[in-house]
Amino acid sequence: MFLKEYISDVYGAVKSMAIGMKRTLYYFTHHQEIITQQYPDNRDTLVLPERFRGEVVMAHDEKNEHRCTGCTACELACPNGTIKIITKFDISPEGKKKKAIDKFIYHLELCTMCNLCIEACPTNAIHMAQTFEHSVFDRAQLTKVLNKPGSKLQEGVE
Amino acid sequence: MYTITEEILTTPSGDMVINVGPQHPATHGVLHLLITLNGETIKKVEPHLGYIHRSIEKMCESLSYRQFIYSTSRMDYLSAHINNHGCALAVEKGLQVEIPPRAEVIRVLMDELTRVASHILAWGALAMDLGAFTPFFHAFREREMINDIMEETCGARLTMNYMVPGGVMMDIHPNFQRRVKELLKQFSEKIDEYDELVTYNTIFINRTKNVGYLSKEDAISFGVSGPSARASGVSCDIRKIYPYSIYDKLKFDEILYTEGDSYARYMVRVQEVKQSLSIIEQLIDNIPEGDFQAKTKAVLKLPKGEFYSRVETARGELGVYIVSEGGMTPYRIKFRSPGYSNLSALDHMTRGSKIGDLIASMGTLDLVIPDIDR
Ligand code: SF4
Ligand code: SF4
Repeated sequence: MFLKEYISDVYGAVKSMAIGMKRTLYYFTHHQEIITQQYPDNRDTLVLPERFRGEVVMAHDEKNEHRCTGCTACELACPNGTIKIITKFDISPEGKKKKAIDKFIYHLELCTMCNLCIEACPTNAIHMAQTFEHSVFDRAQLTKVLNKPGSKLQEGVE
Repeated sequence: MYTITEEILTTPSGDMVINVGPQHPATHGVLHLLITLNGETIKKVEPHLGYIHRSIEKMCESLSYRQFIYSTSRMDYLSAHINNHGCALAVEKGLQVEIPPRAEVIRVLMDELTRVASHILAWGALAMDLGAFTPFFHAFREREMINDIMEETCGARLTMNYMVPGGVMMDIHPNFQRRVKELLKQFSEKIDEYDELVTYNTIFINRTKNVGYLSKEDAISFGVSGPSARASGVSCDIRKIYPYSIYDKLKFDEILYTEGDSYARYMVRVQEVKQSLSIIEQLIDNIPEGDFQAKTKAVLKLPKGEFYSRVETARGELGVYIVSEGGMTPYRIKFRSPGYSNLSALDHMTRGSKIGDLIASMGTLDLVIPDIDR
């Protein structure tokens, strides 16, 4: 009786191992089902989905104009104090004072990519870029000014 | 209590004290276990916590009701959506907003996808802890598909911050339904592999059957919840007993095992994956049209009072308790995280067993350390 149990145990064990090994061997011989991505060799062909949150950027059109009015809604929405907006007053041709952004400072090192600033912006001035290789040697490089030098507000954006 | 000699720690009675972790592959994170051993037999397991404590609860007190949700993705990062859902539910209770049906369905779909991803990762990690390396990659193959779906719709792979008070942040991606159906198809073809590789494997069965026994009474008294408690026969699925969102309208079973050993805990997870997939199947073609977010004010203010919500994460019951003084930020937030209570049972489960069994017990408890420390 004992011997019979013993043999059936051994048989069961060997069988279960063989089933598992069959699977492994199947993938060993079927290379087309292997899905490993060869990063970073595939950098050129790597496509990230358009919603991927890599970093906050500000879009500028060809006339070097952006859509940011300096309302600071994004600064208030950010949970980490990542955004700091420094405003200035532009004098319009009619002599009126108009608020505009001087610097849109963005601390990438503090950003958690939560998308709350993008949601908060009433004029869609900022969006998320798909870049993700953010490592630098000096962390001061992570503090960015998002509005390009000399840029101004687009016509008609209030 | 301990005398420190040059190489090892011993107690006065001659037992050896060894440290597992805080950097140890089997602890799945920075958990530090101080184990008192008599030969190979465990006499005591003492978890030391706090290595990844970020004081999320305190941080939340200075964040607005829209902002604090993102930080809960970083508690139990493997069920980030479900954590966010719990927080959103608590805030919505205070705001008294009606959630559009489309948002509810998207939320449940995301929750269940997260649960599947989390359970198959637990499956792979457990197999790896017990010495089988291949299953880990099989688990990652399917999990990768889920992560891709998340990336496409929510914009991130782990810390999505997709649930907002009133609904979800963005509408689903046009590809969402197609990709989820591909995932379902992939699962229906490959789910047998999971059983072939691990479930029927003799080595695996020998290492998990009758190991780390936790009785029903003990599970209740330690406050264990989730799959780990259901393996001991405790009916504790929040989705069934306190249905939130649209779970009361869905057809799915609560998986209950009565053995209470590591193998039962493992089996609960495997079966729950199948249940979650059937929930996804029920919903994926029936996403109602409409808004994905209810209209809420720009600045959320909760009335004075206390708000509590509970959700079933992949690891157990998450409770979110908000005390509001009527302002823009919560007065106090407390999270009842499942991992913390589940870990408390580890000492009881493993006392008297061999040190190798500790790994199996820990693996089937499916601990996520940031969830324990918060
Ligand atoms: S993504 Fe979040 S953390 Fe980053 S700047 Fe925007 S609001 Fe702040
Ligand atoms: S980016 Fe948008 S929200 Fe931020 S200051 Fe400019 S306009 Fe306002």
